[in-house]
Amino acid sequence: MSAQPAGAANRRQGSRLTRQRVRSAWLFLAPMLLVLAAAAGWPLARTVYFSFTDASLSDLDARQWVGLANYVSVLRMPSGRVIYDGLLLDPAWWGAVWNTLRFAVVSVTCETILGMVVALVLNAEFPGRGIVRAAILIPWAIPTIVSAKMWQWMLNDQFGIINVVLINLGLIDTKIAWIASADTAMMAVLIVDIWKTTPFMALLILAALQMLPREIIEVARLDGANPWQIFWRVTLPLIRPAVMVAVIFRALDALRIFDLIYVLTPNNAHTKSMSVFARENLFEFDKFAYGSAASTLLFLILALLTILTIRIGRISLEGGR
Amino acid sequence: MWLLKRTAFYLLVGAIVLIAVFPFYYAIVTSLKSGTELFQAGPWPKEPSLDNYRNVLAEGAFLRNLLNSLIVSGAVVALSLFLGVTAAYALARIRFRGRSALLFAILSVSMFPQVAVLAGLFELVRLFGLYNSLVALIFSYMIFTLPFTVWVLTAFVRDLPVEVEEAAILDGATPWIIITRIFLPLMWPALATTGLLAFIGAWNEFLFALTFTSNDARRTVPVAIALLSGNSQFEIPWGNIMAASVIVTVPLVVLVLIFQRKIVSGLTAGGVKG
Repeated sequence: MSAQPAGAANRRQGSRLTRQRVRSAWLFLAPMLLVLAAAAGWPLARTVYFSFTDASLSDLDARQWVGLANYVSVLRMPSGRVIYDGLLLDPAWWGAVWNTLRFAVVSVTCETILGMVVALVLNAEFPGRGIVRAAILIPWAIPTIVSAKMWQWMLNDQFGIINVVLINLGLIDTKIAWIASADTAMMAVLIVDIWKTTPFMALLILAALQMLPREIIEVARLDGANPWQIFWRVTLPLIRPAVMVAVIFRALDALRIFDLIYVLTPNNAHTKSMSVFARENLFEFDKFAYGSAASTLLFLILALLTILTIRIGRISLEGGR
Repeated sequence: MWLLKRTAFYLLVGAIVLIAVFPFYYAIVTSLKSGTELFQAGPWPKEPSLDNYRNVLAEGAFLRNLLNSLIVSGAVVALSLFLGVTAAYALARIRFRGRSALLFAILSVSMFPQVAVLAGLFELVRLFGLYNSLVALIFSYMIFTLPFTVWVLTAFVRDLPVEVEEAAILDGATPWIIITRIFLPLMWPALATTGLLAFIGAWNEFLFALTFTSNDARRTVPVAIALLSGNSQFEIPWGNIMAASVIVTVPLVVLVLIFQRKIVSGLTAGGVKG
């Protein structure tokens, strides 16, 4: 028997098998894709659509196309006065954008630095390391709403333990209204978020640290580098890609923050984030279309930032090699 | 010098543990205080009492809320694992055109700001008469559990040895048989991790639960706690809130501490490989 016909038959059978496998691949993917399309794709498209209408919460169906009026509108009064209106001219919206950006930059920066410190501690070998790792998982495990309430109580101006401790230590003279006062409300939000999310950063950075080959550090030490030099010259450059990924994930998460701010500092213009602004208009102020416009802008801003960071991230990653 | 360094190191370790654990400890302490003691910031309860727990469980619909949270989270885990396993097999093991584009699209859904779909989802939920039902929550939670589940499971399946599958293909096994008989038994570690993370995500979710439910009997625990209020605006029942908080958090903390290795590996698979 010659080998050739058998080989051709195999190949034919192989391609039939491949086709059958590709067909079943789509069959397996279909339910998941359908659910994602229904839960994410379609609603997103509808939100964008609503932002071009005057839909109201009480009757979504009685809506009319208004074009860009929710974003920018120009109204000429009979008296000749011209009134500009719309989301793009709304100081409350830009306040929310500014709050969100400020929150994201400060929280992610602090979480990365503190996460690095905790990860370096956990990467050292010492008795009781397991306990420390278990302990830092606790803030991560606590639901955001619960942590908001716990800290609201600890930061309470009258009875909160933080004011009591600070006064007893002599660090402050009068009790601070952490949550209510304009200067400290954002700080309160940042404290809670950093407390809750630093563990996540620490664990991701720790995973990167533990993948480093020990020999490299050993060689650097034998060459006479001090721990400080080893960290900046050897460890950090090697874990940078992993840290960057963690930072991007966290930043995207921070930019859409809703629950912590909504529960910890309700109705506070100094902490209101883009997500809080959008939901307020959608469901509390009966400005459904306006809220949809805010949601759409939030989505665009996030999409733009994602694409930018991926681009910049890739370039700098390649440049680093 | 050595001693000084060690001392500084252990001070740092002590500070980390104290900061991480103290707020939860203080919530437990507060939940055990009652009466006027509640308003003295003592570091431990002088006369521990379970009054707050009794109040929370007796009053209102808190038990109902707990049950709602359990039902929703359980259903979300089951559904996203079922959809995720088959999708992960297709994405990890079968070559087809558009595969990497699809993976990227799935990943980008997980970065969606949830507010961006809120208006459209609200319309959909009302259209199907699901407003104020747990089904609406289970459905909407897919948006954040499913991409993550698919992503982590795909990474896991990709790393499984090819030989077992090839042997099965030679024996004429269909892809469905391959998934249920060969991959599923091997996938338990990854299923446990992703299931646990999906459970935690669903258990903690707030925005959709707040928006798509309207009465006490349908609320999940996070919304119930956020809306727990006293007789007046100035009389916030801190003892009750802390008792409710401890009740919902203890199971999570226990789960996380038991499965800590699995969780850490799941988080890094979801984060680093992204």
